[in-house]
Amino acid sequence: MRILDGFRNQIALAMAGKKGSPWGSGDNSGSGGDDGDGDSGGSKPSGPRNPWLPGGGGKDGPRRSANIEDIFKNRGPEGPRRGGGGGGFKMPPRPGGKSWFPVIAFALVGLWVFMTGFHQVERNEEGVVTTFGKYSRTIGPGISLTMPAPFQQVYKADVTTVQSIRIPEEGTEKLILTGDQNLVDLQYKIRYRIKDLKQFRFQLAEPRQTVVEVAEAAMRASVAEQTLDDTFSGAGRAEIQDRVRSRMQGILDAYRAGVTVVGIDIEETDPPAEVVDAFKDVSVAEQDANAAINRARAVEQQILAGAEGDTAAFDKVYEEYRQAPEVTRRRLYYETMERVLSNTDKTVVETEGVQTYLPLPEIRKRSQAQSAAQPSTITVEGQ
Amino acid sequence: MGNIWQDHKTSLIAIGLVVLALFSTIIVVPETQQGVVIRTGEPVRVVNKFRPDQDYGETGAGVQWRIPIIERVEYVDKRILDLDMEREQVLSSDQQRLQVDAYARFRVIDPVLMVERAGTTQGLRAQLEPILNSVVRQELGRFTFAAMLTAERGTAMSNITRKMDEEARAYGAQVIDVRIKRTDLPEGTPLAAAFTRMETDRQREAATIRAQGRKNAQIIRAEANAKAAKIYADSYGVDPGFYDFYRAMQSYDTTFGKAAAGQDKGESSIILSPNNEYLRQFRGR
Repeated sequence: MRILDGFRNQIALAMAGKKGSPWGSGDNSGSGGDDGDGDSGGSKPSGPRNPWLPGGGGKDGPRRSANIEDIFKNRGPEGPRRGGGGGGFKMPPRPGGKSWFPVIAFALVGLWVFMTGFHQVERNEEGVVTTFGKYSRTIGPGISLTMPAPFQQVYKADVTTVQSIRIPEEGTEKLILTGDQNLVDLQYKIRYRIKDLKQFRFQLAEPRQTVVEVAEAAMRASVAEQTLDDTFSGAGRAEIQDRVRSRMQGILDAYRAGVTVVGIDIEETDPPAEVVDAFKDVSVAEQDANAAINRARAVEQQILAGAEGDTAAFDKVYEEYRQAPEVTRRRLYYETMERVLSNTDKTVVETEGVQTYLPLPEIRKRSQAQSAAQPSTITVEGQ
Repeated sequence: MGNIWQDHKTSLIAIGLVVLALFSTIIVVPETQQGVVIRTGEPVRVVNKFRPDQDYGETGAGVQWRIPIIERVEYVDKRILDLDMEREQVLSSDQQRLQVDAYARFRVIDPVLMVERAGTTQGLRAQLEPILNSVVRQELGRFTFAAMLTAERGTAMSNITRKMDEEARAYGAQVIDVRIKRTDLPEGTPLAAAFTRMETDRQREAATIRAQGRKNAQIIRAEANAKAAKIYADSYGVDPGFYDFYRAMQSYDTTFGKAAAGQDKGESSIILSPNNEYLRQFRGR
């Protein structure tokens, strides 16, 4: 700002410096020692009026438009200083007694060229250079030089980083119809990369929105080819992802969008919130069924182990029995009888024809003593 | 230096005017636009017109010329533009309702025709939108609800694109692609009915799974019993006579033997006849 103000002041002062015509008699300005070419020296006191302004060139007031020659004529330390009462800002004198103007002008031009002519393209970027709107070349990473702003322009974009778009937005539900007319709430991510920057830049009016819409269309078409259960299974999801990717790539290539679809990630497939309980019950039912099967398997193990144990015991005894059948048989019989009869009350009835006496009162007494016990009386008949 | 002006002012002014004239004859057409040059209301030519086989940089984009004052330039987008369809309710051939969202992608291929018939790109959109709506509704309405959802949609979409394209050509536009973004059940009863159906479907599935589980458990148990029976038969069948004896011994043990800890068998009294096999040796024979 300060520089600009100074510049404007300088113009204003240059104008104010001239009484009479702004074009004429520049020789009386300041010492004029170094620019005294002499050819303008008062020879034409009434020069032509400024053609761009309405008449009245004799006015003293500063003019907005100044001839560059006049300004140059005023250079030197005295020029700007003279009559500079109005402006508060004064340029310090430049060594060598020259005007600041060329320096400033040069700096401005330099700045302009530097700001709009040098382009740093990052490692992951490419730039499209247009000359008056016409595509001229694509520049790679590094610093490139182009013509300054209105002539050449550069559009830079990231072409290596994979960009991702999540659909739908976080926390919202997006219901998609499946092939069996069910609804599924599906969230996915599109990963894409710019393949051809100039196509991306020039071919589509809204490249990013196009990518999203194409993804939507491809996703819905692909889900409509699957059943609801497939969308929940890993294999079905993988297939959907694959189909969406190739569909999208096909459509975008047909548009010549300059986009590579890197991948589609289905992040979540859920049943709609309204029916989620019924879906949960299905998995509970699966658990229940598995539990029933597990219990049956436990019983199976018990039964089989019991059978194997029983038969193994029998086989062992049978082996012995085969060695000496009669003896083993007797031994087993007596051993069993010992265990059985040692544990019971015994009554031996000697004489035939005598009625068997059952000690019923005693039994009753016993049963009263241990009410829980069930007395039993067994008669073992002879063989 | 100041004298340059004085000496050459006429030529300087002339140069200035020439430069000014030059600037007013230059038009800058960006790569993304087509310029229709209109001379006194009549479109005379098109700069940077879309041609499918042209690569960027070889088109007519960039600096172009015109006759100042009498020629004016109308810019028309050269890129692929999108046309969004309003959410429409489509009735399938089996009288079910479906909410359909579609989009079309189009490009102005004849900017002169487009400027004449539709004016601006906005105007073109306004013309094409009702066409898209009616074509989509008409074409999809031929399908059953199920077919709308599934693969048959492919043929429907190409039909729609073709019809759309025919209509759009009249406005100098080419329809590249029409696609259905979403198909949804309408809010309210149809959606609720779908949810109910899904719910009952799952309930049936859950019941089936549970019954299957029970069935499988039963089968497992039965198979175990069968296997056990076979094991027993294989082992005991070798000598049924001995098995009978052996098992009887075990049974007496269990019935009359000492009760195991925590088990209560009740008391037993046994009355033996002297003829009993066990007492055989009593007789001293």
